[in-house]
Amino acid sequence: MSNRSEIPTTNNQQPTTRYLRLSGLEPLIVTPETNFINVGERTNVAGSKKFLRLVKEEKFEEALAVAREQVENGAQVIDINMDDGLIDGKQAMVKFLNLVIAEPDISRVPIMIDSSKWEIIEAGLHVVQGKCVVNSISLKEGEEQFLHHAKLIKRYGAAVIVMAFDEVGQADNYDRRIEIAKRSYDVLVNKVNFAPEDIIFDLNIFPVATGMDEHKLNAIDFIEATRWVRENLPHASVSGGVSNVSFSFRGNNPVREAMHSVFLYHAIKAGMNMGIVNPSMLEVYDDIPKDLLERVEDVILNRRDDATERLLDFAESVVGKTKESKVDLSWREEPLQNRITRALVKGIDQYIVEDVEEARVAADKPIEVIEGNLMTGMNVVGDLFGSGKMFLPQVVKSARVMKKAVAYLLPYIEEEKLLNPVTDGSGAPGKILMATVKGDVHDIGKNIVSVVLACNNYEIVDLGVMVPPEKIIAAAIEHNVDIIGLSGLITPSLDEMVHLAKEMERKKFKFPLLIGGATTSKAHTAVKIDTQYSEAVVHVNDASRAVTVVGDLLKKETSQGYKKSIKDDYDVFREKFLNRSSSKTYKPISAARRNKFKIDWKTSEIVKPNQLGIQVIDDLDLNLLVPFIDWTPFFRSWELHGKYPAILTDDVVGEQATDLFADAKDMLNKIISEKKLKAKGIFGLFPANSVNDDDIDVTLSAVEGRENEQFTFRTLRQQLERREGVADYALADFIAPKESGKQDYMGCFCVSTGFGTAELAAKYEADLDDYNSIMVKALADRLAEAFAEYLHKEVRIKHWGYASNEELSNEDLIKESYKGIRPAPGYPACPDHLEKLTIWDILKVKETIGVELTDSLAMWPAASVSGYYFGNPQARYFGLGKIKEDQVKDFAERKGMPLEDAERWLAPNIVEV
Amino acid sequence: MKDIKEILKERILILDGAMGTMLQRYKFTEEDFRGERFKDWEHPLQGNNDLLSLTQPEAIAEVHRKYFAAGADIVETNTFSGTTIAMADYYMEDLVYELNYESARIAKMVADEFTKKEPNKPRFVAGSIGPTNKTASMSPDVNDPGFRAISFDELRIAYKQQVEALLDGGSDILLVETIFDTLNAKAALFAIEEVKEERNIDVPIMVSGTITDASGRTLSGQTAEAFLISISHIPILSVGFNCALGANQLVPHLEVLSTKSEHAVSAHPNAGLPNAFGEYDETPDQMAEQIKEYAEKGLVNIVGGCCGTTPEHISAIAEVVENFAPRQF
Repeated sequence: MSNRSEIPTTNNQQPTTRYLRLSGLEPLIVTPETNFINVGERTNVAGSKKFLRLVKEEKFEEALAVAREQVENGAQVIDINMDDGLIDGKQAMVKFLNLVIAEPDISRVPIMIDSSKWEIIEAGLHVVQGKCVVNSISLKEGEEQFLHHAKLIKRYGAAVIVMAFDEVGQADNYDRRIEIAKRSYDVLVNKVNFAPEDIIFDLNIFPVATGMDEHKLNAIDFIEATRWVRENLPHASVSGGVSNVSFSFRGNNPVREAMHSVFLYHAIKAGMNMGIVNPSMLEVYDDIPKDLLERVEDVILNRRDDATERLLDFAESVVGKTKESKVDLSWREEPLQNRITRALVKGIDQYIVEDVEEARVAADKPIEVIEGNLMTGMNVVGDLFGSGKMFLPQVVKSARVMKKAVAYLLPYIEEEKLLNPVTDGSGAPGKILMATVKGDVHDIGKNIVSVVLACNNYEIVDLGVMVPPEKIIAAAIEHNVDIIGLSGLITPSLDEMVHLAKEMERKKFKFPLLIGGATTSKAHTAVKIDTQYSEAVVHVNDASRAVTVVGDLLKKETSQGYKKSIKDDYDVFREKFLNRSSSKTYKPISAARRNKFKIDWKTSEIVKPNQLGIQVIDDLDLNLLVPFIDWTPFFRSWELHGKYPAILTDDVVGEQATDLFADAKDMLNKIISEKKLKAKGIFGLFPANSVNDDDIDVTLSAVEGRENEQFTFRTLRQQLERREGVADYALADFIAPKESGKQDYMGCFCVSTGFGTAELAAKYEADLDDYNSIMVKALADRLAEAFAEYLHKEVRIKHWGYASNEELSNEDLIKESYKGIRPAPGYPACPDHLEKLTIWDILKVKETIGVELTDSLAMWPAASVSGYYFGNPQARYFGLGKIKEDQVKDFAERKGMPLEDAERWLAPNIVEV
Repeated sequence: MKDIKEILKERILILDGAMGTMLQRYKFTEEDFRGERFKDWEHPLQGNNDLLSLTQPEAIAEVHRKYFAAGADIVETNTFSGTTIAMADYYMEDLVYELNYESARIAKMVADEFTKKEPNKPRFVAGSIGPTNKTASMSPDVNDPGFRAISFDELRIAYKQQVEALLDGGSDILLVETIFDTLNAKAALFAIEEVKEERNIDVPIMVSGTITDASGRTLSGQTAEAFLISISHIPILSVGFNCALGANQLVPHLEVLSTKSEHAVSAHPNAGLPNAFGEYDETPDQMAEQIKEYAEKGLVNIVGGCCGTTPEHISAIAEVVENFAPRQF
């Protein structure tokens, strides 16, 4: 090890003791005598669902309590991570750190700033006075960036976690671990003078006993690599996330706890000196029963070829029956109710008909099987779901079993009714009407809520999508429902909901209204909808809450009190919200235009597209799209929160995510191999220039037969008063203005993978299989997004060609690290949907590929994406935020539309006065 | 000229005393502060001591001269508030470069006079970098603990400008002092590193924190050792404490630095704690007697004075420590 003697020293400053020293308000020094340093990780949005929720809901007081509790329970360092697609990570990191710093009982310990995004790490380093740990950097993006970040980290005065990851990939064996560790260490120490004691290696802890041969060495390789690092890379530390090692024994805590302590026992002996360990998931090494200890050590240290099988066999005995083997049908011997309950909880539909038949024969009336046996089982499902022990995909599978059982019983119930026509209308605790509002086509969320409510024995009247208000009102009266639930994903749907609330008030309805869907919010519900309807209006955005809310609304004991508390809650919320919004100030549109984002058009690179004009993709091979799929939102649509692929090994939802992912892969294979869905797209690239600050003129000079046609996109400009030096963006800023004399270009597109979705989903629904019906729709949505990503890449590299030599991984695409942007009408940079009409006119989308726009300008089929292409290297995504009435007026004049129309379309973005 | 690092191994170095206390003796009026150049300035200027480097340069030079004559090896430039952030109070942000440059130039001129006279005792100029009047890790609003009146980048940019001017004017050392919020100091150190890299130079850096009260912590809540760890990431000449406390009260905190630090240790306490009238009334002999304890215990390498100290105090201190060996490090 030639580098051992090369550690640079600054003449008189050679420390006598090179220990890792960290600080919060108090010091933390890691010496050979200090015990293992325990890093708390509950303040990590990727690791803690609860913390994620608190941050999202801006409940920072409670989020602080999570941090405080960790410190009280002995965490010596707290890891803080805000990497989540739905939150502004940089802002959340700064806000939370500022609050943590103000709490001496938390900030006494050093902070680990955890992010995969450098800008978030740097923002964190800007607000912490103590010596932090940065988690993490690696050679993944190459040496240059690695060194650049290391140099800054040193200058900010932080220690650093270095992941065993390089340009080739993540280290997964002994040799790769030490190779990357040594290379990282050498360049840090020799090229940036990084203090070696401030380097902490994360050598990647991977699961063992997975049944796969290549995983056998995972633990021992980590341990041996740790030993090598501590012996050969002087003063460096080794850290890691311990729970990964026992991943394959999820659900068997005794074995997992033993595995953690055995692993730590050996890893610490080898020199691992810090890490993330859940203290409640740790057995005392000496307390592990000898027989279990032997088998666990066999696995961790890979001492026998059959170590995994032996531990698996033994594990069965440790947890008894909870571990299920495929051939174990012993549960079939149990009493009938147990079997039915088990089938529902586990989602097994194989035996449900025979079990229900047995129950029917034994019952006086067939209805009793539903009200008795099946409901008993579903109550167990409901309780487990309510307490977080079951997850949404499982519940939907339970519903599938329930539906099958009910379908089998229905003919008998009808027969019984004919024999004994009784007027007993009781049974279901309530009837709920569900609908996606007029103009909107999105129904995944609505279907999930319907299924979950049905599981809880509510009767569901589902009117489907694009339901006009008069039809909702009529159906509500006809079915005598107890609650109406409305769903919508696009912004114009918000107005539809307000309209419906007015109608319900006019009809003097006396039952509650539920509001849900991606675009809805508690704020909008409280401010706009609640004020229109005298009865209770409740915003519900996840399925598990829907059950409790509906229960509270309909149960006699709670109903009155709950309705009143909801009204009061929304009153207070509304007042707070309105006060809050008034504290922001906005500048006149003229001032915002003066402060536009200025690109230097003299020097800015404008690339002329290789092929101008319109191109059609008639039937794209779906296989091409698979690598472009961003799986994280897929899991989110099933209410499983976390990033893919980390979610597959998540402590809480990992197992469910893995199952769901396997089912999704199966369905995806079926869709592709049987060509169940068809991918069609259209796009065009055109000469363009911005005019009058905010408009973009596009000419079709390159389109045969339409040479003289010209169109104008109207863009909207930010008006929120922000700090000096920050520009007020509009998309038009990214296109060279006419007066610059430069010819610029832009594009637009529409892609769809929705053709065939409705038919396939309907087939599953007819089969009483909501699980697969929802699955098809969720996958079609992902494929459409993947198509947009794929096409954008083709455009960048080929058709436009401004980035002909870019090489980006799928991960980079998801992180949007490519050059140029593809904003979509209806999303933050251009929240008005109206410009879709212009895109449709330019590309003749409907005529050519058949994607239509609804009254509210939603696309049909739903699994479609449309948007613009901007190619300037300085083009970036931004959020428009709120705009003022002066811009709305100006916009209406530019569009040549009545002010009221413009106000209606832009309503969600107009500042309340 | 002999390297200051070598001299530090040989003896305890003497830093000067208070500038403000000395300037008070001149009883400068608003007109004196303004001088000819700023006679029409729209805002009141009395109390802007840093400005006196431009309007009363002779007085500044005279104070430096008195401290060198009293035995100081190092004097601090008259730039405690020389950042755009602190100068905003007087609407003099645009004068920041000139203020620092001139202050350093005056101090360097006087230092050179003395070095020439006594070549065996070279004199040094430490560019004084104060904490500014804003804090980066505390909220000024008790009802909004997450709020910050200033950001790291704003501080870094302001400090960078001050550092460049101090170096251009001839400072031999940079002294980041009276640190009540470590994050402010980290921004200053970051700026210094940037300048060092851009100019490809090395410059000795002294870092001096302030323990505000009997709690033994900085205003931003850090213990002495946590403070030390937080500023140890770049090569520094010395670390120490100044201001807020008298010499006696500083002893336990200096003991921490002395044991834990790999660098030289400095101290420039106040002349005791302020009396009921806000004046510091510890006499030179009283203060020197306490500083003697530092030397006896081998706690320090650099000593001087902060608020309330005068050339008489520095003279008494210099005399006392002369007979002691410096702390080994």
